[in-house]
Amino acid sequence: MRGTRLGRTNDFSLKIGTVNGTGSASANGLLMQAIFRMGIPVSGKNIFPSNIQGLATWYEIRVNGDGHTARVPKFDLMVSMNPHSYAEDIAEVQPGGYVLHDSTWPLGESLYRDDITFLGIPIAKMCVEAFEGARVRILLKNIVYAGALTALLNIDMDIVKGLLQELLGHKKALLDSNYRAVKMGYDYAMEAFETPLPIRLETMDSTAEYVLLDGNTAAALGCLYAGATVAAWYPITPATSLMDRFQAFCRRYRVDPETGKNRFCIVQAEDELAAIGIVMGAGWSGARAFTPTSGPGISLMSEFIGLGYYAEIPAVIFDVQRTGPSTGMPTRTQQGDLLLCAYASHGDTKHILLFPANPEECFYMAVQAFDLAERFQTPVFVLSDLDIAMNDWMCRRLEWDDAYVHDRGKVLSAEQVKELPTFHRYLDVDGDGVCARTLPGVDPKGAYLTRGSGHNKLGGYTEDAEEYAEVVERLARKIQGSATAVPAPVLRTQPEAGIGIVAIGSSDPAVLEALDQLRERGIAADYLRIRGFPFDRSVEEFLTAYPRVFVVEQNRDAQLRSLLSLETGVSKDRLISVRYYGGLPISPDHVVDGITREIADVEAELHLAGRET
Amino acid sequence: MIQAKPKVRHPGLQKNALGLTRRDYEGSMSTLCAGCGHDSITAAVIQAFFDLDIPPHRAVKLSGIGCSSKTPTYFLGEAHGFNGVHGRMPAIATGANAANREMVYIGVSGDGDSLSIGLGHLCHAVRRNLDMLYLIENNGVYGLTKGQFSASADVGSLSKRGEPNLQRPIDPVLMALTLGASFVARSFSGDRRQLLPILKAGLVHKGFALVDIISPCVTFNDHESSTKSYMHTRERYLEVVSADFVPPAKRIETDYDVGTTTTVTMHDGSLVRFRKVGEEYDPTDRAAAYRYISGKQAEGEVVTGLLFIEEGCCDMHEVAGTVDQPLTQIPFDQLVPGSEALSDLMRSFR
Repeated sequence: MRGTRLGRTNDFSLKIGTVNGTGSASANGLLMQAIFRMGIPVSGKNIFPSNIQGLATWYEIRVNGDGHTARVPKFDLMVSMNPHSYAEDIAEVQPGGYVLHDSTWPLGESLYRDDITFLGIPIAKMCVEAFEGARVRILLKNIVYAGALTALLNIDMDIVKGLLQELLGHKKALLDSNYRAVKMGYDYAMEAFETPLPIRLETMDSTAEYVLLDGNTAAALGCLYAGATVAAWYPITPATSLMDRFQAFCRRYRVDPETGKNRFCIVQAEDELAAIGIVMGAGWSGARAFTPTSGPGISLMSEFIGLGYYAEIPAVIFDVQRTGPSTGMPTRTQQGDLLLCAYASHGDTKHILLFPANPEECFYMAVQAFDLAERFQTPVFVLSDLDIAMNDWMCRRLEWDDAYVHDRGKVLSAEQVKELPTFHRYLDVDGDGVCARTLPGVDPKGAYLTRGSGHNKLGGYTEDAEEYAEVVERLARKIQGSATAVPAPVLRTQPEAGIGIVAIGSSDPAVLEALDQLRERGIAADYLRIRGFPFDRSVEEFLTAYPRVFVVEQNRDAQLRSLLSLETGVSKDRLISVRYYGGLPISPDHVVDGITREIADVEAELHLAGRET
Repeated sequence: MIQAKPKVRHPGLQKNALGLTRRDYEGSMSTLCAGCGHDSITAAVIQAFFDLDIPPHRAVKLSGIGCSSKTPTYFLGEAHGFNGVHGRMPAIATGANAANREMVYIGVSGDGDSLSIGLGHLCHAVRRNLDMLYLIENNGVYGLTKGQFSASADVGSLSKRGEPNLQRPIDPVLMALTLGASFVARSFSGDRRQLLPILKAGLVHKGFALVDIISPCVTFNDHESSTKSYMHTRERYLEVVSADFVPPAKRIETDYDVGTTTTVTMHDGSLVRFRKVGEEYDPTDRAAAYRYISGKQAEGEVVTGLLFIEEGCCDMHEVAGTVDQPLTQIPFDQLVPGSEALSDLMRSFR
């Protein structure tokens, strides 16, 4: 996606500061979608508090004609609608930038800066004069600033109106007042300011193949297309919307047209322990089942996850990571559950993990997770995070192949069971560590007792050392065998790359942009984005192929680096950690700064060492 | 190592409608202590499944952790079983039932499993009216960890070491009544005559059937100063109502019993007939049942019988509006909307 760059056209960031619960989300979404429909690459980050009403909340929109979508917190324009955050909002604006604010009340003297331009619009006053009702006035303030931005940024007004029509067409009165509000803002800005601003938009053709999608919606669609029928959950931010969407999709696509009955069963459980228990019960019975949760939920589920591992029960767990430890910052993002999930539960366990980097991968990996769970008869984690899950990302239209064959793994039919002399649940007949299973009700001969207690390869209870070891050693083999079945890493090389970069998940856009910036500084790097665990051989090969490998991740303790070192045997010393863990999506600057600082340090040391000898 | 029972069969063994004998409903040999109340319950469970002509492989048996939870190994050897984690069997049962509503679900739990670590799960299984028979083999004590009091131990009951229990008990029957349970019973492992029709009615009941069964622990809680001993239970045992289970096929040939006070028709057409034992007792009046049982309990009596029944409530699937067919049997082409639907849907994300 290459766009024309004329000054700051199609290349800037803006931030909108409002009060939580005042309805700004729809106005902000409208702006982002309008820019997207103008064919211009755009990304949005919702920075919101753990609160229902009253606290400060922000929405950031980045426009980048080159297609970079990482969060770049260098704001050229700030829309300040929340007096409580005026000071910090205004301080964040780049020199030469703009502040659009509600001038119904004067800004405090101390808030003014000489190096930025203040654009005041008496939004509250205009809404009081034009509309009736306190709630309506508050809601329409958002549409007024959207209208003003339409003029200031040169957003296509026809697209804005079209979107309002799509959203509110069925509510005539509401549509009219929204039209009116958007026009009020637009007209005021056209009249009062020199429009458009130097930061402005120009129609492109770079988004035709794309959609705007959040990761939870995409993952929910993945569950739908994977054929999941049982879903259990306990509400938790930021995983909640995954189940909300799944339920909505099921109501649309999974109702028997003849009887009006549901081809799905969603259980809101009493807690996360029950949620995963329900998934285990359903998976054991032969339904495809999943639970969406976040870190605190994984902590609670750990006992059951160990049972799933040992008793070999398929289950899919979406861990939409948020900032820990403990309750942490529930509305902030992190990659902090990596080690927790890799080895969840007591005793020797190891689990299959998938690392989607964007909503598109949330969809495809969700489908794949169910296949892997059934193929390897074990819990599979999809490690998303708040940034992927709850923000709208520009991604390629999702596609489905109608010839797709879901992989149910080794499940014996009644006929297959009847043909066997005897059935033993944990007998490794094929030598790949994966044993055939039967589902309840199939045939008297196929019955067995599933247990989390010690069992031998025949499925019987055991306390015998050798019998126990035989089974857990097979389990280790089985899970290791999944390394080539999980999504392969994505390798991006450059000529004469001297360093390697490794990352997972939502760090991807920041790393991709950092690669360009590093190259401009004369540093060429190869980049391996790992997409699954257990790691396959190519990961270790990459780690040993460069004198220095930088591991980029979003947690304090360099969990990915630890996991890489633990699982590949590559020394931690070879792996240089680049981390950001403040809870906001990682930015290219974090990556570039981390890498250049380290390189500078090493070069300084070399230089020093050279002088001393 | 589990002891399998010899497969030798006496040709004269009684057969049920499926042509199966009671032996076909057995499991492996019990490894519980000799005289354990749980083994008597296991025998009653075997008899109930046999009498109801349920094919063993169409049943699913579930349990948590503890002595009681070991018992599913000892019955229905041809049924799938799931011995899960401590206290969380109701969750597994919920998932299994959600996936396949055609199976007959029986869960076996204990007072530690159900009233302490898994109390929340039990309550929510009641709330969902999950279609299953749920047994609490209640002995007031933790056996496998050697004799700690459980949450069902009565105040003043002494441990084997002579220490009194000071905390008030949680009574599963009263709790289930307040939670809105649709089938609540209490029985005694030593009274198969009473237990058997309750188990059959519980298996046939559409919804959650909770049966609290006093089942003395001969090793840790059968001494003189225990309130969950054989002796104490026999002394304080108060059967308030007697239930007969009449299967659909026997309805015509069974004479109406003059002593019958209430008859409840189960969803499969079988009948549960209640006969008055002593005082007036109405097993279909929740509030009255609660008053009666809690009053007698205060006097130290162990009230038993099929204490409350409400047939015709919606179970989990009826509330959820699930299709009749088990979800596990729906082919993918009815679950996956296909490429065209996805492509249409993508337009709405533009």
